[in-house]
Amino acid sequence: MRHEQIETNSGLMLLLILVVISIGGLVEIVPLFYINETVEDVKGEVRPYTPLELRGRDIYIREGCYLCHSQQIRPFRDEWLRYGHYSLAAESQYDHPFQWGSKRTGPDLARVGGKYSNQWQVQHLNAPRSVVPQSIMPNYPWLLQTDLDYSDIVGRMRALRWTGVPYSVTQAEYDRNVKTFGKATADLLDINQAQDNLLKQARDRDFDGNPSRITEMDALVAYLQVLGTMVDFTKYDEGYFARFR
Amino acid sequence: MSQSSALPAEQYNYDIIRRFTIMAMVWAVLGMSVGVYIASELAWPFLNFDIPQLTFGRLRPVHTTLVIFGFGGSALFATSYYIVQRTSQARLAFPWLAEFTFWGWTGGVALGVMTYMLGITQGREYAEFEWPLDIAITLVWVSYFAVYIETLRRRTQPHIYVANWFYLAFILAVALLHIFNNLAVPVSLTKSYSLFSGVQDAMTQWWYGHNAVGFFLTAAFLGMMYYFVPKQAGRPVYSYRLSIIHFWALIFLYMWVGGHHLHWTSLPDWVSTLAATFSVILLMPSWGGMINGIMTLSGAWDKLRSDPVMLFLITSLSFYGMSTFEGPLMSLKSVNALSHYTDWTIGHVHSGALGWVALVTFGSFYHLIPRLWDSKMYSQTLIYVHFWLATIGIVLYITSMWVAGIGQGLMLRSFDDYGNLAYTFIETVEFMHTPYVWRALGGAFFVTGVLVMVYNMAMTIARRQPAAETQLSAKPAQA
Repeated sequence: MRHEQIETNSGLMLLLILVVISIGGLVEIVPLFYINETVEDVKGEVRPYTPLELRGRDIYIREGCYLCHSQQIRPFRDEWLRYGHYSLAAESQYDHPFQWGSKRTGPDLARVGGKYSNQWQVQHLNAPRSVVPQSIMPNYPWLLQTDLDYSDIVGRMRALRWTGVPYSVTQAEYDRNVKTFGKATADLLDINQAQDNLLKQARDRDFDGNPSRITEMDALVAYLQVLGTMVDFTKYDEGYFARFR
Repeated sequence: MSQSSALPAEQYNYDIIRRFTIMAMVWAVLGMSVGVYIASELAWPFLNFDIPQLTFGRLRPVHTTLVIFGFGGSALFATSYYIVQRTSQARLAFPWLAEFTFWGWTGGVALGVMTYMLGITQGREYAEFEWPLDIAITLVWVSYFAVYIETLRRRTQPHIYVANWFYLAFILAVALLHIFNNLAVPVSLTKSYSLFSGVQDAMTQWWYGHNAVGFFLTAAFLGMMYYFVPKQAGRPVYSYRLSIIHFWALIFLYMWVGGHHLHWTSLPDWVSTLAATFSVILLMPSWGGMINGIMTLSGAWDKLRSDPVMLFLITSLSFYGMSTFEGPLMSLKSVNALSHYTDWTIGHVHSGALGWVALVTFGSFYHLIPRLWDSKMYSQTLIYVHFWLATIGIVLYITSMWVAGIGQGLMLRSFDDYGNLAYTFIETVEFMHTPYVWRALGGAFFVTGVLVMVYNMAMTIARRQPAAETQLSAKPAQA
């Protein structure tokens, strides 16, 4: 076919452009949904977020934390020493949207959970330079001052359930979660108990150090403290995860 | 193209182009000023002022959206509406729909950046708009497509000029990317969760993210280049054959390379290897475009001495060539291991965004403004002043980001004699302070240049006189 035929016919040109630009995505993205090895099998160790952690994650997204902090550790020696085991696809399988990030103006947070005390996290978020003098992170004083809005927690979990996150509404879904994650976790994933679960976790753990209020700080610290803690790497042989790459 | 006998202003719809041109400059001033501000926040964090709406995390999407979609988008609307009319010798189709694209786009950008400051975001880079705005943008885009394709269909010339191929590919690709990357389940008007998660979501986002660069910031601006460079030079495009080959190769290859943003992550290796391979091949069609643009000036190189507009256009092509060489380099897994997550990436983006996108736009606008307002540019000297402010700004910006990025990358991976990490993370943050100051200064130079242009443009419009025979009138360019 001579190019003249294409460039004198707008319909033909339009059609050919559509074909040409569709191929890359079809080859590279579509198979990721169908190849089982894309997400490692971690035997139900990675669970969806609890209601409080989920609200914390929403705040993480709202404040644009991902623009300076990645959540994706690469398989290099320096990252191993600094952050820990490289990130698995399984660890972000319930992340809608993913928060791997693209820039480390601050350190990676994929395994920040349990690395610092709640008290350190609260003080650091409130005034980073009071614990790390050279830090260039903004202060987030409003997190401690703002009561957490959890009125639509059920709606949020239902939307996620719709995308495929195994939060349960029906008895059958609950039973499935008991089988996959055990009873204690299945209770946390039950949308019918969402509000009670959120209040209970915030009161029991009191992340922000102020038992009289449930603040945005409670939620954000709850989220940070669970990051990267779900998979117990001692349970797997060396090389197990490499088989999935 | 044959010269038309009718007066351009009567034959063509220039009104919509004038408005998009003015808005492009408004967004440029706002978006780049926000850029300088957030660059300064990284150097001097007190500038966050403990005000949620002003923190880096909320303002950064404001900056990217204002410059990419506000400035870049409005410039593309303006130039594409100009070019499609001129090269088709047909008046813009569906004027009321074109009107809607102006108000829809302008309103969408304005509303979008306000929602970011309020913390309403999807948390996807360059696609932060929440779902109601995404739907509104889709409507604007479909209208844009309708106006564009119908004007093409009404052309009185048999051939579709090469610039229009690029604009058409851009309109189609952006529609495809925007729709698939923004699939989400709403919770409320201001909150949704993306349909995909984890690795699939990451790949979809960077398929979108890199092609926002590939189609929004590259293919479309190549369309701009293919019209304004030959026009300003008064010479035909260097090679017709090359334009065909590099067009199809470019739009095919770009769609494969997004995965290079995810090297060494949980993305399966096969995708990342494919992405790296295609990124390297992409160098060829990218340079095809650069060569075709620069060589259009062959035989008329003296214009670089006498015409500041040509200086803008040719320098933009040089930066295009440089950043499309740097890109494939950074997409190699070994280089990416160092460069990823650092400011080298930020520098790379800006050598493309400031060096290529902004400079080719300024050059094209300096050609366009006298024609839209039927006048001559108020000052040629100020165009030179703008050019040097912009060039100094870009050089300061990208060199400081090379220092910050490569420096941080090397520090993070160095070990002491005992095999321990040589530096803590915070030591790299301290190290980056000086380059961050220089970067903010570079940005300030660039914004100052834009302000000079705005002044020059405002004076041109204010003091317009009946058109004398301008020196700029070009010989017809061949398609």
